[in-house]
This record gives sequence, structure tokens and C-alpha cells, in this order.
Amino acid sequence: MGVVIVGAGLGGLRAAETLRAKGYTGAITIVGDEPHHPYNRPPLSKEALLGGVDVDGLLFRRRESLDDVEWILGNAAVASDLSARTVTLADGTVLPFDGLVIASGIRPRRLPIPGPKDGRTCLRTIEEARAVRDRLTPDARVLILGAGFIGCEAAATARKLGAEATVVALDEQPMIRPLGAELGAAMRRRHEDQGVHFHLGQSIEAFHGDDRVRSATLSDGTELPADIVIEAVGSVPNVEWLEGNGLDLSDGVLVDSAMQVSNEAGANVVAVGDVARHPDALFGPVARRIEHWNIPTETGRRAGATLAALLAGEEPDRGPFTAMPSFWSDQYDHKIQSFGLPGLATSTRVADGDVDGPCIVEYHDDRGLVGVVGVDRTQDLVPYRKEIAARADC
Amino acid sequence: MTVRIHVDMDKCQHYGQCCFEADDVFQLDDAGKLVYSTEADDSRREAVESAADVCPMQAITVE
Repeated sequence: MGVVIVGAGLGGLRAAETLRAKGYTGAITIVGDEPHHPYNRPPLSKEALLGGVDVDGLLFRRRESLDDVEWILGNAAVASDLSARTVTLADGTVLPFDGLVIASGIRPRRLPIPGPKDGRTCLRTIEEARAVRDRLTPDARVLILGAGFIGCEAAATARKLGAEATVVALDEQPMIRPLGAELGAAMRRRHEDQGVHFHLGQSIEAFHGDDRVRSATLSDGTELPADIVIEAVGSVPNVEWLEGNGLDLSDGVLVDSAMQVSNEAGANVVAVGDVARHPDALFGPVARRIEHWNIPTETGRRAGATLAALLAGEEPDRGPFTAMPSFWSDQYDHKIQSFGLPGLATSTRVADGDVDGPCIVEYHDDRGLVGVVGVDRTQDLVPYRKEIAARADC
Repeated sequence: MTVRIHVDMDKCQHYGQCCFEADDVFQLDDAGKLVYSTEADDSRREAVESAADVCPMQAITVE
């Protein structure tokens, strides 16, 4: 018995560290579907793709407090019974628990496009990054499906390696949801200056090729050659193993401000990271999944503290949860940094500079500043971040 | 006891997340480059460890 953490990513790691830091001394078992200890994913579309994938360089440090943790890697959770307090793994192992941390994260969404599958890949795991890296030769024609951050970072990396890069997406501008149309259009111009081709407002109707993908047909009839297809069209929360427990799994797993699931049977059950749909006092009462890199750490710390209290028979802190969403992106020599949730904005304003150069863009909702994005202006964002943080007090 | 801090400047991308955890140890200068103290008082250990945790590049080592 003890605590079972399903998910060997950053959120699971932080929850485990916090359980120990808060005095929990019982057993901890961490289950991961990948064969690796927790590792850092953002470099997979950037540095690791450019310079080669070094697993040791990507692994998160593991604190001494976790030396006695049992790791079950390469083995996914496939079912659970929260009333009986068990988790079942793919190999049939049944793990009983006193406390459960749901840290199973997300997986890339795959589109059902007709044609060959070989040559189509995502960019979420070490193995996928290695496979892409092997094919990113200077003459390769790379077709990228999706114009979000991962797609745009992959396009930039492909160009740096001398490959041809073409981005196909339904959106009218790249990164339109996190950046808005004006800055998205400016980022598109930056990419086009580096030789990236965009087919926006388009989907892929079919892939063609005998053994593997050689070309694609777009919805407007355009035919594009492709040696490799990188797909980055959003994500799906890994919640199937939680079905049948009466949980709200409509978009990830719903938790309260203490990261606890809202279910009687789930008394000692918390959720963290990309899979957790949680409130954030900065953005009103609505619970959201926030797929930003810092959220697994923030939610993992809160969930670890909650579970440590529950297992000690104490009442956990149920006060508001406040976490500042932050993201970063490197494309060519440009550094994009954001705080808050620009996607919630009803209006945007270029606060400083020009969107085609170093700039700061403000995003407002009816309560004021809800997000800020800086391009090559990281050091100037501190006052904006403070203004967004102050929303928690009103 | 002091905390010893090292930042791998080959990895560091100057995102400045560490500055929000321990602004007495880590700062961005006017040009946006990270500057940091290589030692801090032991009372700052938790803040420095937290800064290492939130580094997107995992470039910070704490001893």
C-alpha cells in the first residue's frame, strides 16, 4: 500500500517530491507508460531536435528524498477502481493504494487522414524526436500539420537544419490562440523570412505513397511533396483508465482548488498537470486544463501537500489555487515569453515596440490585463506579470 | 553553511523564471541576460531549489 502516482512526467515527480517534503514517509510507486524516468519535453522540438537527443541531458534531477520510490516504467495504467482503491496496469498488475495521484498527462491528437501511416509522426516522446531527427536531412521535405507552438518550433528547427518546411493548419494565423491574430501574423512573417511555407485555412484530405507518405493533398486541391510529416494538432487527456468511477472526465479530470477529485470514492485522490482541470483564482471560477510547462510543478506541489495532509488525517488547505501560467518559445533567434492566458482576451493592444520587432503585447478581458506576450523583451515583462498576479486579490 | 549555485550558461536561455523564485540570487540585466550569485545563505536553500525546479532548460545546479 502507500501512494501510487500514475504518470512519470513532471507533475508526478513534483507531487512525489512534495509528499516527502511535507512529511509523508510511506511507500511511493510511480507508474509511467514510457520507458524513461521523468524528462523535459520542450527541447524535443528545439535543442534536442537540432543537436541530437541525449536522454541523460533531458532527465529531471531526482532528489535524494525519492531514492526509495519504486518506478514501474514502460507499463501504462489501463483501469482503476477508486472504491476498491486499486489501479490495474497493462501487464495485469493490480496496485492497491491508500492515496492516488492522477498524473497521466496527455497524448497528441491524431487525425484520421486516409493514406499511408508510415512517415507520419508526432513530437512528444524521446523516441519520436529521434525518429524525426534521423530524417531531418538538409534535402528533406518536411510537412508540418498544425501551426501551434510545437509545429512552429519544429518548422524553425527544420529550417535551421537546411530542410524544407511547410506548415498546414486550419487556423488563419500561426499560434493564433496564444498570441492573437496580429502577433500571430507577425510571427508568420518571421517564419516566411526564413523560408517556411504556410498553407493556412487548410486541412489535409489524404496522404499518398505506396509504402510510406510521399505527398499530401490539401483541402484546396494543392498537392505537396513530403518526406516526413510532423503532426502537432493538439492533445487528448489520458483519462480512459479512470472511467467507471463516476468522475467528471469531460475534459481531463475535474479537481477542486486543493487538486482533489470531486467524488466520494476519490477521497484520497488528487490530479496534477496537463490532465487536471482545475480552477485558478487569477481567471475566475471556471476550471481549465492549462498545458503550460510550469503548471505540472504548481499543481504537483499543491496536490502533494493535499495528499500528505489527507494521509496524515488532517484537513488540507482548501484556499484558492493561484498559478501564473507561463510559456516560452524559441523560434530562430527570437524569444517569445508569455504570462497569464492571452487566449481569454477580448481585446489586444501592442503596448511597446512593433510586432515585427521586439515588442510587448497586452491582452485584456473585462477584468483588465489577462495576459502579456513579449518578443525579445523578457526582462521587461515583470510589471505586467505583477499586474496579472494582482487579479487574484480582486 | 552556504548554498552553492551553478548555471550551465550553454543551456540557459535567459527566460528568467528563476528570478521569480529567488530574485536576490537571480536577475536579468538590462540586456535580458541572466546574472546570478554563485553562493547564497542556507536560509535561501528552499528558494534556490525552487528556482532550479522551474528552470525550463533545467540549467541550474544546487549544492
